Amino acid sequence: MVRPLGFLVGLGFIAALVLAIFTTPLKNEPNVAYSFVKHPKHLKLASDGVAPHWDVAQLQRGMQVYREVCSACHSLNLVAFRNIEDLGYTEGQVKTFAKSFQVPSVNPDTGEPATRDGLPSDYFPAPYANEVAARAANNNAVPPDLSLITKAREGGKDYIYSLLTGYQNPPANLPKELQPGAGLHFNPYFPNLNLAMAKPLADGQVTYADGTTASVDQMAKDVTAFLVWTAEPKLVTRVWAGWAVLGFLVIFSILTYLSYRNIWADKKH
Amino acid sequence: MSFPWAKNYEPQQPLMKWLDEKLPLPRLVYNAIGAGYPVPRNLNYFWNFGVLAGAALVIQIITGVILAMHYAANAGVAFNSVEHIMRDVNSGWFIRYAHMNGASMFFIVVYLHIFRGLYYGSYKAPREMVWLLGVVIFLLMMATAFMGYVLPWGQMSFWGAQVITGFFSAIPVVGEPIRVWLLGGFAPDNAALNRFFSLHYLLPFVIAGVIILHIWALHIPGSNNPTGIEVKDEQDTVPFHPYYTAKDGFGLGIFLIVFAALTFFTPNLLGHADNYIPANPLSTPAHIVPEWYFWPFYAILRAFTFNFLWIDAKLWGVIAMFAAIALLFFLPWLDSSPVKSSTYRPLYKKFFWVLVADVLLLGLCGMKPAEQPWVILSQIGSIYYFAHFLIILPIVSRIERPLPMPNSITEAVLAKHADDKSAATA
Repeated sequence: MVRPLGFLVGLGFIAALVLAIFTTPLKNEPNVAYSFVKHPKHLKLASDGVAPHWDVAQLQRGMQVYREVCSACHSLNLVAFRNIEDLGYTEGQVKTFAKSFQVPSVNPDTGEPATRDGLPSDYFPAPYANEVAARAANNNAVPPDLSLITKAREGGKDYIYSLLTGYQNPPANLPKELQPGAGLHFNPYFPNLNLAMAKPLADGQVTYADGTTASVDQMAKDVTAFLVWTAEPKLVTRVWAGWAVLGFLVIFSILTYLSYRNIWADKKH
Repeated sequence: MSFPWAKNYEPQQPLMKWLDEKLPLPRLVYNAIGAGYPVPRNLNYFWNFGVLAGAALVIQIITGVILAMHYAANAGVAFNSVEHIMRDVNSGWFIRYAHMNGASMFFIVVYLHIFRGLYYGSYKAPREMVWLLGVVIFLLMMATAFMGYVLPWGQMSFWGAQVITGFFSAIPVVGEPIRVWLLGGFAPDNAALNRFFSLHYLLPFVIAGVIILHIWALHIPGSNNPTGIEVKDEQDTVPFHPYYTAKDGFGLGIFLIVFAALTFFTPNLLGHADNYIPANPLSTPAHIVPEWYFWPFYAILRAFTFNFLWIDAKLWGVIAMFAAIALLFFLPWLDSSPVKSSTYRPLYKKFFWVLVADVLLLGLCGMKPAEQPWVILSQIGSIYYFAHFLIILPIVSRIERPLPMPNSITEAVLAKHADDKSAATA
C-alpha cells in the first residue's frame, strides 16, 4: 500500500512543480540599482585575524570621533563609562570622563525629574529622549544605535568604513528614479544608494590629542575600530582563549588516537 | 536482548554488589554502552556520529541551562539581556557563542548520522523502529532550534517567527485562528516569546527521552555495519567498551576541535547580521533567511509557485515541506531491497549520490533570494527530491541486481586485509 500511494503523492508534487516551472518567468525584474552598488573596501585593523590585539591609541581616537561627531545623532546604549577602561583609561580618568556627562535622575527631595553628574556605572546617554524625537529631528529617519553596528550590517567593519568614506556626487549615468531625493545623499556603498545621513566627516573635523592628522579616511578608520570594540568588547579575549582551548583539544585528540590504536592493535577491522 | 555471547556484568566490590541488588543502574550502563554490548568489529568513522550527536545535546543542555539563568524572556528586554550575557556575565560570551554554534554542530553531526543511515541502509528491517524514532528526534530538533532562534528577539528572530507561524495560516478556514492561537496574539510578541522560551527549555529533555528509546530499539537487533550483513557469531563483534569508547573518544576530540574553531574564531559565520538589530515589527528585512540547517526545506517551500488544482501555491509549499520530512517515516517500506549497504547496490548508489548533490543544491537555493535562476533550480531540485524517494527508490529496489556479498562480517574484514597485503607487496 505504501508504494502505490507514495507513487501517486510523488506524481502530484511533481505535476505541481512542473507547472510551476512553466509558469514562472525566467527573467528577473531588472534592478538597475544593483549595478551602482559597490562592494565594501577592506579595512585592516589590529583586532583582525588569528592574533588580534586592541590598538588602544586608535580606539581612543575613535571614541573621540564618536563623541564629537556621531553622538550628535547616534546613541551607544550598550556601552557603559566603566567599559572604557578597556581603552587604556585609568579608573580616575573614567570617573572624570563620566562626570562630564549629565544623566537623567530624580530629585531626592521632591521626586521631580532632574539630572546629575554621570558615574562610571552609567551608560553613554542617548542624543534623543525617544524615537519620536529622533524622527522629528532627522527628516523621519531614525539614526540607528551604534553599539552593535559592525556586527549588525552585512559586510561589518568594511561596510561601515566604506560608507563613511564613500560619499560622492551621483554618477552622470544614474537613472532619474535613483537620484537622491530631498534630504537624501548618494553613497554607492549603501544598499539603496541614497541615505538620510549627510556626509558626517570632513578633514580636520576633530583635533586629535596625539597629533594624528584628522583626515576623513583616518577618522573613519578610527571610529570603525572603536565600533568594532563596542560591538564585541570580548573579541581579543575570545580569540586567545580559543588558542588555549585548541591546544588542549589537540593534545586530547592525539592521546585518544594513540589509545584507540593501542586498543585495536590486535584486532583486524 | 543483544547476543548470547555478550559479557555479563559481575560486580566485584561489595558496594557495587549491594548497588546491583538494590538498583542495577551500573548494569544498565554496562549493557548499553559498556563491555556488555557486542558491536560489529568493522564499523568505520561514520559510526561516530551517533555518540557525537548525544554529546552535542549534552553541550546544548548545559550551556542552555546556564544561559537561562541570565536571559529574560520578555519582548522588552530579551535582546538586551542577551547582550548583557555577552558583555557583563563572566565568560557569558563563551556560553552564548557555544550554544549558538552548538546548534549548528548538532545539526552537522545529525545530518552526517542520517547520511550514514541512508548510505548503509540502517533504516531497513530489523531496525525500522530505530529509524522512525530518529526521524522523531530530527523533527523535535527542528522545532527546538526554531524556537531557540526566536529568543534573542533580533530582526531575524521576529521575522522568522512571523514566517514559520505563517505556515499555519495557509490551512483553509481554520488556518488563521490556529496561527493566532499558537502565537497568543496577531503577531509574534511577548506571549509568543514566553511560550517559545518555555518549550525551548522543555523539548531538549523530550529529545533526551526519545534518544533513550532510540538506543533501546537499537540494542534489540544490535548495530548495523558497513557491509549491511547481520552479525552471525562472536568473532563478528567486539565489546563496545573499550573498542568503541576509545574510537568515539578520538572522534569526540576532532568534533570538539571543529566546534572550538567555530566558536572562538568565527562565531558569527553561520549567523545572520540582521539578528544583531533588535526586533522591529515595522521594518521587514530585505531577505528573510532561516538558519542554514533549514535551507533545503525552505527551498522546497518556495519552489511551489503555481496554484495547482484547488490548492493554492502557498499551501502546496507548506504541504510539500512537511511531506519532505514526513516521507522519511515511510522509507523502510519504500525501499524493499533486502540488501542494506550501498557497497553492494550499484544502481541505488548512483541515485543516492544524486540525492546528496540535490539536497546540497536545495540548500544553496534556500540561502539565495527568491530570484532566477534559484527559483527554477529549487523547482528542479524539489522534483528530484520527491521523485527519488517516492518513485525511483521503489523501482530501483525492485529491478536492481546486487553485487555478490561476503558470507559474514569477519569474512569481509579478512578479505579486505588480504587485499591490503597484496596491494602492499605488489
